[in-house]
Amino acid sequence: MSEIVLKGIPAAPGIAYGPSFILDKGEFIVPKRSISSSEIDSEIARFEEAINNARREIHNLKSKITQDMGQDHARIFDAHLLVLQDTTLLNGVITGIRDSKSSAEYVFFNVIKKFVEAFAKMPDEYLRERASDVSDISKRVLKHLMDESKLHDLDSLQDDLIIVSHDLSPSDAVSMYNKKIKGFLTDIGGRTSHTAIIAKSLGVPAVVGLKDATLRISNQDYVIIDGQKGLVIINPSASTKELYTKEQHKITASLEKLDDLKTLPAQTLDGKNIAILANLELPSEIPAVLKYGAEGIGLFRTEFLYMNRLDLPSEEEQYKAYSQVAQEIKPFGVTIRTLDLGGDKFISSVQIPKDMTPFLGCRAIRFCLERPDIFKTQMRAILRASVHGKIQMMYPMISGLGELRQANAILNQVKESLRNENISFDEDIKVGIMIEVPAAVMTAESLAKESDFFSIGTNDLIQYTLAVDRVNEKTAHLYEPTHPAVLKMIQKTIDAGHNEGIHVSLCGEMASDPLLAFLLLGMGIDELSMSAASILIVKRMIRSIKLQDAQHTSYEAMQLVTGQEVEEFIDLKLRKFLPS
Amino acid sequence: MSKIEKDLVVLNKKGLHARPAAFFVGLVEKFDVTVTLANGSDVVNGKSIMGILMLGAVVGTVLKVTVEGLEAPVAMEEFEKFFSKQEEELIV
Repeated sequence: MSEIVLKGIPAAPGIAYGPSFILDKGEFIVPKRSISSSEIDSEIARFEEAINNARREIHNLKSKITQDMGQDHARIFDAHLLVLQDTTLLNGVITGIRDSKSSAEYVFFNVIKKFVEAFAKMPDEYLRERASDVSDISKRVLKHLMDESKLHDLDSLQDDLIIVSHDLSPSDAVSMYNKKIKGFLTDIGGRTSHTAIIAKSLGVPAVVGLKDATLRISNQDYVIIDGQKGLVIINPSASTKELYTKEQHKITASLEKLDDLKTLPAQTLDGKNIAILANLELPSEIPAVLKYGAEGIGLFRTEFLYMNRLDLPSEEEQYKAYSQVAQEIKPFGVTIRTLDLGGDKFISSVQIPKDMTPFLGCRAIRFCLERPDIFKTQMRAILRASVHGKIQMMYPMISGLGELRQANAILNQVKESLRNENISFDEDIKVGIMIEVPAAVMTAESLAKESDFFSIGTNDLIQYTLAVDRVNEKTAHLYEPTHPAVLKMIQKTIDAGHNEGIHVSLCGEMASDPLLAFLLLGMGIDELSMSAASILIVKRMIRSIKLQDAQHTSYEAMQLVTGQEVEEFIDLKLRKFLPS
Repeated sequence: MSKIEKDLVVLNKKGLHARPAAFFVGLVEKFDVTVTLANGSDVVNGKSIMGILMLGAVVGTVLKVTVEGLEAPVAMEEFEKFFSKQEEELIV
């Protein structure tokens, strides 16, 4: 079988290889379950019963097809029936249950998997396709062995897999944490799609915008992901595998070198300190975040508390989550972003009307102002948690002073009622806003007067400035962080903030690219917040350059007229300073 | 008790795939014999459809067919007929 190479958009760096798992093809997920010695006989009986039931089904199907379409078409079912009475298979499973003391479904699934893999490797195409016959039969049996509702349960995923999916929704993402996932491939999406965010926070590679990866890749195909170049190699040859194994060793080795930087400050050669913080999705990620040497959480996305559930999280539950993060991140602080729903993020507990253009619709702060009940609950939880550590709060998607004042008015009500109830909170809690809408940039001077800090959300700011849908792979090439319009937006925001003496940080994907971070440094950014896995590589850049050089470079870059010119120019400049 | 061994060539254009394999297993079961098929070092039971499919026998493959049992001679005759067919339609 010859290897196939697909080209997509690199969304998270690294190299991974392993078997693929197609998320949306209705593939079954069979978890490992151990049984005791006394259960062996009943487990075998259960298996035999499932086989008998499956046989009965096939018999019925066969007579139906014979009636409807004639005997010829029904003949394939003879083969299916024979598979289900095949002694090699049946004895293999029965012995397996006895020897491994594992559940019938798990042993059966693995025995079948070996057959399917063997078929898939056959040089003859016709025989190779028998793999699908065998999977078909196995699904029939598994349905009798397992609870139907659990057949597609992502929580049961076991192996180290490469996830292949049309797209990855933020709620799929929640199921992905704490799993051994080696990488992600998606048909759609751009550099800042959720797939990229998840992959980076798990520290695994991702390639997105592959168009038809879910059709070209079959379940259990061996694939290599090249997250650097945005390539996917299906069924790679031995020499390709070797090449990538070497490449991966190189990457691991250079990452190990970066390890030494963990405890060192992010300080430029001429003594300027830049705070590097981490973006956080779930409280459980904190140990990983600290491992990479983050100096706090610059963006805690709270949507994940609201996802994959039918009800809204209670004040108490949120209070616990926020307190936990505040305590565990000490002595550093955490910036909590209030609920940013809508756009492409939805929850089951609240009906959000589907807008024609969701990114321009009732999302983020607009939704919260519409639903003060939900907003107030979250604010109460954040305020109450603020006594347990250093917490800042920020509103997403502010588009003008009016919205900021409305949000703050609600905040003041919440503070007042807490005071009345004698519940303590940090009276000096800092409240900032995300700058991610061009209108906010254009009115940054007045916003700065009433905000404690700015945090530039470049993922959305670029999308809105360039009118480019960031999830659409057809417009992905237009999504240019170095576009002069984007750079001017960022510069204006930084200057407006500094004129009012407030901190300006940046928490988009842009921060995690050393090249772009170099430019941002020169533009005067105070803080960078990024996926934890990118921290060390950015720190290495910071420790290798002088702030003065970054300033000169960014000044010159701002005079250039296209995104590509800017990118090539910074690349050239940075090469001079960075160790290779 | 006799044992017969013969090298037979797969002439079916699509190889020994699911349906012909199923047919062959059905044939084996008609006789009181044990049958093994070997493709090089891969040896499988003639009653195991999975085993036969795993041989990956495409058109032109030479299989060593071993038949053991009282009915071995008559069974082998039937198997030779089966292997001589080129089209699926002719063997059903």
